[in-house]
Amino acid sequence: MSAHAERAALFLVDQPRSAWHDQAVWWVRQKRDRAASALPEWEELRDQASRIKAHALSRLADYLEEFERNATRWGARVHWARDAEEHNRIVHGILAERGVTRLVKSKSMLTEECHLNPYLIARGIEVIDTDLGERIVQLAKESPSHIVMPAIHKKKEEIGDLFHDKLGTPAGLSDPAKLTEAARAHLREKFLAAQAGLTGVNFAIAETGGVVVCTNEGNADLGASLPSLHVACMGVEKIVPRAKDLGVFLRLLARSATGQSVTAYTSHFHGPKPGGELHIVIVDHGRSKLLAREEFRRSLQCIRCGACMNTCPVYRRSGGHSYGVTVPGPIGSVLAPSVDPRKHAGLPFASSLCGSCTDVCPVKIDLHHQLLAWRSELSREGFAPRRKRLAAKIGALVLGSTWLYRLSGWLARRVVPRLPRALVYSRLNAWGRGRELPEMPRDSFRAQWRRRGQP
Amino acid sequence: MGSREEILARLRSAAVPARELPEARRFGERSADLRARFAQSLTDAGGRCVPLPSAEALPAALEQLAPYRDGRRIASLVPGVPRANVRVDEIADPHDLRDVDLAIVPGELGVAENGAVWFTDRGLRHRVLPWIAQHLALVVHAERLVNDMHEAYERIELGNGFGCFISGPSKTADIEQALVIGAHGPRSATVFLIG
Repeated sequence: MSAHAERAALFLVDQPRSAWHDQAVWWVRQKRDRAASALPEWEELRDQASRIKAHALSRLADYLEEFERNATRWGARVHWARDAEEHNRIVHGILAERGVTRLVKSKSMLTEECHLNPYLIARGIEVIDTDLGERIVQLAKESPSHIVMPAIHKKKEEIGDLFHDKLGTPAGLSDPAKLTEAARAHLREKFLAAQAGLTGVNFAIAETGGVVVCTNEGNADLGASLPSLHVACMGVEKIVPRAKDLGVFLRLLARSATGQSVTAYTSHFHGPKPGGELHIVIVDHGRSKLLAREEFRRSLQCIRCGACMNTCPVYRRSGGHSYGVTVPGPIGSVLAPSVDPRKHAGLPFASSLCGSCTDVCPVKIDLHHQLLAWRSELSREGFAPRRKRLAAKIGALVLGSTWLYRLSGWLARRVVPRLPRALVYSRLNAWGRGRELPEMPRDSFRAQWRRRGQP
Repeated sequence: MGSREEILARLRSAAVPARELPEARRFGERSADLRARFAQSLTDAGGRCVPLPSAEALPAALEQLAPYRDGRRIASLVPGVPRANVRVDEIADPHDLRDVDLAIVPGELGVAENGAVWFTDRGLRHRVLPWIAQHLALVVHAERLVNDMHEAYERIELGNGFGCFISGPSKTADIEQALVIGAHGPRSATVFLIG
């Protein structure tokens, strides 16, 4: 079994809980559907968004230079990081130079990907995640299980226990409004005490040199605008050419993510606040490698809405932690193998290839095709599990030979139904686990077709 | 070679075939009643829209607003608010805005499709004001309503400084997806729509 399958099996031990998770995530997918279908121009918007991103990727270096020029003009300082290690070093350098020991962060999947928090904490900096979901998983010493709803896997009673333990809320409190209020009071103290704020970046506008950050809670704005120092971290792929392009992306993003027409706050930062500092860290960390691969390039169009997770039958039933990467779900399974093919070889197989992810993707990434492309590449490179490779070999052999194909069909129809149950549903048959095999037809398709063909 | 040059070189050597930038255009229909659509969208976002015939009606309308009536510290960037008692520009440290009960700020533009109001820090010393206050009121002129984000970006001017589309109060659904208003920022958002 792949690492994903093993962790998914653990998640599935508690059946009512995994069913609850499935429903919770599906509910978000339904909200997305309602929001999308309310716009007759939805498909045109997706098409436009996809074309803008494809263009931006085709001239990424030029646009990044243009972005840097303009951002610098407004007084921002732009830094470049080849990989996670350099990114962490740069961010720590900025903070250390100014004697910062207390940092508040809003959601940034990039810094999760780079494991910035442990890096800074090990160097004596207090790092507080301020997005409520992220704060919950941080207090629980876990990682986010979803990129938009980091604590989607947790029940309110568990959060109540956690807050009782860490924030001193009354024992047994599980009302979301009261728990949120407790977190508000706790985090306000952190905001007021912080010497610097770090945010992610949803979009970087080449034409104007601004970065755009979207939140519902307002935590990015408190974090970025209360202290004098704002650090914004972005992957190279966050570029959009023109400000007007945001009209397209912002109409798609929140609707795809949560079914809202827009997030509560869409903040545009052009330069630091009066008397403050704005540092923008541009990170590659494997993205240029992905850009060079024609079959996987489009995955860089991702705007991190999470819609592909919410719709994925595998994600919904296996939970975000089963993927073992920062970005789970279909998009994560496409991105992860490019970073470490051996470690993440199982992820492209964590899909039924139903194509639902591709259908909901607001920037039209051909996700299930990319998952399939990874499967063949990983198999070719010898990273696919041995049993999967063996099964594929046998499959190719059977499907490539008429008589073997007929023989195996005959065996399945005539012999399998007579075999003892213990043998058919033994450990050898992965398809017999957790489900019943279909009833075997009496005749082959060919025989049925021949009969039909004679009226 | 420095990181900057190396990253740019790697991106260039990826040799992605040229793809044309599609012409920027607006999609979708125009609304017949922008005021009604804006008010509905704002309600959906957890905010409240209060139409006013003119700017003179603002003080009286504010008296109907609990955070104004009961608030001790009120900061207004909109002139002519009788009970405003926090002079934001005279405060050196934004942390001293921590106990502001209500912030009243002008909005440059309103977006009918999502109830968002475009707020900027032009001429403002502390851009954090709308988030540090417990409650928020925005004042927008109805002739500054646009249909959607496409039109919004045609009107707004970006550059030097801060701008934000504010759509309703601060909110979260991070605990079992139960919507809770008032996560970190304002616990309520009221838009006074003038004209």
